[in-house]
Amino acid sequence: MDVAKLITLGLITLIAAYAADQGLDVAFRVHGFIVLLVAAGLFLHVLRRMDEPKPAAVLTDYNDGPVRAGVIATAFWGIAGLAVGVLIAFQLAFPALNFDWAQPFGNFGRLRPLHTSAVIFAFGGNALIASSIYIVQRTSRTRLFGGNLVWFVFWGYQLFIVLAATGYLLGATQSKEYAEPEWYVDIWLTLVWVVYLVIFLGTIINRKERHIYVANWFFLAFIVTVAMLHIVNNLSVPVSIWGSKSVQLFSGVQDAMTQWWYGHNAVGFFLTAGFLGMMYYYVPKQANRPVYSYKLSIVHFWALIFLYIWAGPHHLHYTALPDWASTLGMVFSIILWMPSWAGMMNGLMTLNGSWDKIRTDPIIRFLVASLAFYGMSTFEGPMMSIRAVNSLSHYTDWTVGHVHSGALGWNGMIIFAMIYFLTPRLWNRGAMYSTAAMNWHFWLAMIGIVLYAASMWVSGIMEGLMWREVDDQGFLVNSFADTVSAKFPMYVVRGLGGVLYLGGACIMVWNMWKTIRGHAPVTQPVSQMTAPAE
Amino acid sequence: METYSILREFADSWFLLAMLSFFLGASIFAFWPSLKADREDAASIPLRDDVAGCANACADCTCKSLFDLERTDG
Repeated sequence: MDVAKLITLGLITLIAAYAADQGLDVAFRVHGFIVLLVAAGLFLHVLRRMDEPKPAAVLTDYNDGPVRAGVIATAFWGIAGLAVGVLIAFQLAFPALNFDWAQPFGNFGRLRPLHTSAVIFAFGGNALIASSIYIVQRTSRTRLFGGNLVWFVFWGYQLFIVLAATGYLLGATQSKEYAEPEWYVDIWLTLVWVVYLVIFLGTIINRKERHIYVANWFFLAFIVTVAMLHIVNNLSVPVSIWGSKSVQLFSGVQDAMTQWWYGHNAVGFFLTAGFLGMMYYYVPKQANRPVYSYKLSIVHFWALIFLYIWAGPHHLHYTALPDWASTLGMVFSIILWMPSWAGMMNGLMTLNGSWDKIRTDPIIRFLVASLAFYGMSTFEGPMMSIRAVNSLSHYTDWTVGHVHSGALGWNGMIIFAMIYFLTPRLWNRGAMYSTAAMNWHFWLAMIGIVLYAASMWVSGIMEGLMWREVDDQGFLVNSFADTVSAKFPMYVVRGLGGVLYLGGACIMVWNMWKTIRGHAPVTQPVSQMTAPAE
Repeated sequence: METYSILREFADSWFLLAMLSFFLGASIFAFWPSLKADREDAASIPLRDDVAGCANACADCTCKSLFDLERTDG
């Protein structure tokens, strides 16, 4: 087994060395070098342990090592992604921040995909992987399937993130929003994802519970659908196997439709279905109450799955896309409002009878805020998909505000709840080090989101109205540059909102550090507050 | 007929019907009266003990994992 590993790693090292030397572009050569370092390091690691006895795996407990690593990775990439977000927000307000000495790497155009991928795939993705393997073991009451394969998934995913991020900075992109990584990075992610599916499905098959808990249904939908979306949207032919450039198989409006079928379902299945899986575990667990209506969870699961997949065309109103297709997308987006709110209501009603915990338990407060933002953005989204509304909102900052109320509110807040829930449990601490710091984090994040969303609403609607304003002769009143200068104050406010949100996340990292290093909690443990007299 | 038209007609008719029936079936299944107890049982899955190490915390018996205990329904 070790010999086979050594041969494989040795071959990868050789090929990567050739790629690092002979690659046709800088990004490919740098990626060759990164893979060379990783493969050579692993080669030495395996070689040095060849004659050591392998410790027998302890099979009587849950496999939580990768969850611990995942929680730390989530916090690390969260800070990185949010910091880049703050930087590019101020680049929009003050273009001088596109420093001359940092060109072309520090340009807004290269940093923007770095920000989106870091927060969605690195911050969100690590949270999803960590949560899913924690939850599937608990709700199936069995150890994770596949032994150490989960470490391949964890480190393989981190390598994907590093390759994607360095690729953007060096200019390797296939120019598809949220699917920018080039062909070889896509192939690597596919491999990692298939192994992830195998260990997740294997655990479900080995379960000791008769029923597959609803959270696992959502995680399974997330894993399977993301695999399908990723493969279809990344069908491309590399120009050379020694270069990063590739050519898409689809072209024109077919390519646009495939891209937004992918793009919207990345929101639907990555940022919604997967996160609903988290919600269906952390909310009942933290409130110590069963799910409000399990029947509703079944119905809204299938409704969400069947409806989301059709909503993509609403990104392509007033384009070359046929009218029937964009109408279809609009209608399905509006129907989608119902299952979305069913999920929100099911989560909020689970708290029935323990609403007082919003005052006492910061984790519940994060969860409730998260569900509230989920409800708001799943109302706003269907509204913006209506063609008449979209004619005002599209290409404006309103879209940016909408995305961030969902991402900072729903996804961000539930990830923070997850980190505060998991950290004391995974490191066997009674509670987080400081409850006061959790409260500070909550309010900084809330004020940050409000500043962000409000400034983007004002800026977006103003911009949309300015673009369409015509005088009595039918001429456009404003030039594009007029709208840019009018948006300046809103851009500054948006940047400040980002600073507050990032500040809250930094407090969280400090709190995690103190908790993990074993400092005694300074305040009353949260876990003792969560068991009320029934 | 060209492939597009054939697929389009199939998607608009039989496949749409199949998906709708599956969804209605799943909804009826969710509300099936005799499965009420199952639903309530499933709703409380997350609340069951999540400490796997030692399920029987007694001083001198051998440690028994949660994985080894077959769950009794209800």
